[in-house]
Amino acid sequence: MSTITNNASGGNLSPEALSLKHRPRPVEALIYGFLFFCGIVSIFTTLGIVYELGKESLLFFSTPGVTIWGFLTGTRWQPQAGNFGILPLLTSTLLTSGMAMLVAAPLGLAAAIYLSEYATPSLRKALKPTLEVLAGVPTVVYGYFALTFMTPLLRAIFGKDTVEIYNTASAGLVMGILILPLVSSMAEDALSAVPNALREAAYGLGATKLEVAVQVVLPAAVSGLAAAFLVAISRAIGETMIVAIAAGAGPRFTFNPFQAAETMSGHIVRISGGDLSYNSIDYNSLFAIGLFLFIVTAAINLVSQQVVRHLKRNTQ
Amino acid sequence: MLSSNIMPYAQSNIFSKTGEQEEAAGASGFAIEARNLSIHYSAFRAVKNVDMAIPERKITAIIGPSGCGKSTVLRSFNRMNDLVPGAHAEGDVIFMGQNIYAPQVDPVEVRRRIGMVFQKPNPFPRSIYENVAWGARLNGFKVGLGRPSMDEWVENCLRKAALWDEVKDKLNQSGLSLSGGQQQRLCIARAIAIQPQIILMDEPASALDPIATLKVEELMQELARDYTIIVVTHNMQQAARVSDQTAFFTVDADRAGMLVEFGDTRQIFTNPKDSRTEGYISGKYG
Ligand SMILES: Nc1ncnc2c1ncn2[C@@H]1O[C@H](COP(=O)(O)OP(=O)(O)O)[C@@H](O)[C@H]1O
Ligand SMILES: [Mg+2]
Repeated sequence: MSTITNNASGGNLSPEALSLKHRPRPVEALIYGFLFFCGIVSIFTTLGIVYELGKESLLFFSTPGVTIWGFLTGTRWQPQAGNFGILPLLTSTLLTSGMAMLVAAPLGLAAAIYLSEYATPSLRKALKPTLEVLAGVPTVVYGYFALTFMTPLLRAIFGKDTVEIYNTASAGLVMGILILPLVSSMAEDALSAVPNALREAAYGLGATKLEVAVQVVLPAAVSGLAAAFLVAISRAIGETMIVAIAAGAGPRFTFNPFQAAETMSGHIVRISGGDLSYNSIDYNSLFAIGLFLFIVTAAINLVSQQVVRHLKRNTQ
Repeated sequence: MLSSNIMPYAQSNIFSKTGEQEEAAGASGFAIEARNLSIHYSAFRAVKNVDMAIPERKITAIIGPSGCGKSTVLRSFNRMNDLVPGAHAEGDVIFMGQNIYAPQVDPVEVRRRIGMVFQKPNPFPRSIYENVAWGARLNGFKVGLGRPSMDEWVENCLRKAALWDEVKDKLNQSGLSLSGGQQQRLCIARAIAIQPQIILMDEPASALDPIATLKVEELMQELARDYTIIVVTHNMQQAARVSDQTAFFTVDADRAGMLVEFGDTRQIFTNPKDSRTEGYISGKYG
């Protein structure tokens, strides 16, 4: 207190010190420039991807005999015969990612509830990084896990006649294990973000732990949980290695998860890994699949943002 | 008054737990009693050796400087401190003839009988109606012949919390859409909806403007006809205005909170026995 008074009345401040003019702040400008650059790079990368996908897809769709309608509704993908219907690739993608969510959503949510509401702080501190390590296992390992463990298991349970060696169920289930840490980690973040005041309010009314977790914390975290699930779905749709190894090589229009069927990503990686000449229709068709994948994932992200915003508005 | 019409509900047996109420009342004349209570947060002793017997259907204020353990003591009365990792209590808290810290006691059962209103209004992100109904449902609210319906019960509680007229046309709106003062009264309605015997209030008006504060204070006095109220406040005028009994806490040399003086509010404020109480209420420190 006293020093301020002294300074003001003593008048020993120089006029510059009282100036309200902008001062140069070189470090801040530098950092600002760097951050701006990073932002621009990521935007241009995305634009570049869209451009490349769009350009090659355009070549594909301008090939005689290929139509967008046929591409979207055809049930056969046979490049040799000139059939370019995406549905077989799409259904198998939906089968594997649906199967993955069937595993990851309930287990991930349960793990998240346990970590956030039941585990002691020290246990949580130990468990969460362990779960996240699982996310760092190379996906090729998961692929062979599907092929050498999950498939034999499924065949032992449902019979060798029902379950083919390559099948979407095996790939999907293992993919569920792959995205489980992602789901549980994001869901745990969403649950932990629920203010403690809400938990206390519920406990104060005589709620049990389960009632607090399920009836108070879960609904309050619903927007974050929805975001977690949608991110996981996008991840599952784009996942490549497991399906390339375990789901089957060759498009097949089927809804039977025990049959072999190639997904969009699996098809792209198999064909592009082979002996393929540029500017052939096969080559261009991969970009059309890539563009379709891109649009589907982007659409899911857009929808998820809307859902999250809507849910947030309703819970606040 | 309308509220007197609705009063009979409060006596009727709409919860599985009530009925103990009368039997408890007769026992000692005290709603709750701390005996040689000490509370630790891990190794830190926050409150030591508290002895206080809280009278029934009165307002008891707990005052004292910041950090002297007012909230800690209050939260020990419904075992809310159990939720803080590392917190533990020594000594007894006698409620309805039982020590609530006895090993066989379920804290959930304790909290169903001893409700709480917090410093910062914390309504659920649900409708106004649901905010009140949820706890009642949780506590086994029973609808039947001669009993109120849930709609009637919600209305009754909102009326008692002096909030009904302001919200009756928007019961389906989120509780979070209300102003701070209204939210706090919603939290009070929610607390009385489970018909507790005691309501603990931790600085219930400190986040509110003066007019909302006054409303909450009036409400407390209204509620003291049916409930035992224990209120923590750092506002001495508030304690003097609303309470019947006042407990003054302070921190000792070892940083542990302790009860200095507990008695009739008028006596505490006009004729304190302890020099530390006198120092505090005359504004010498704290
Ligand atoms: N959750 C907690 N963990 C550790 N220490 C705490 C916790 N809550 C309160 N304390 C400590 O206990 C003492 C009493 O706190 P509190 O009861 O909140 O005081 P008051 O409500 O009177 O301001 C303080 O020293 C405070 O730092
Ligand atoms: Mg406090």
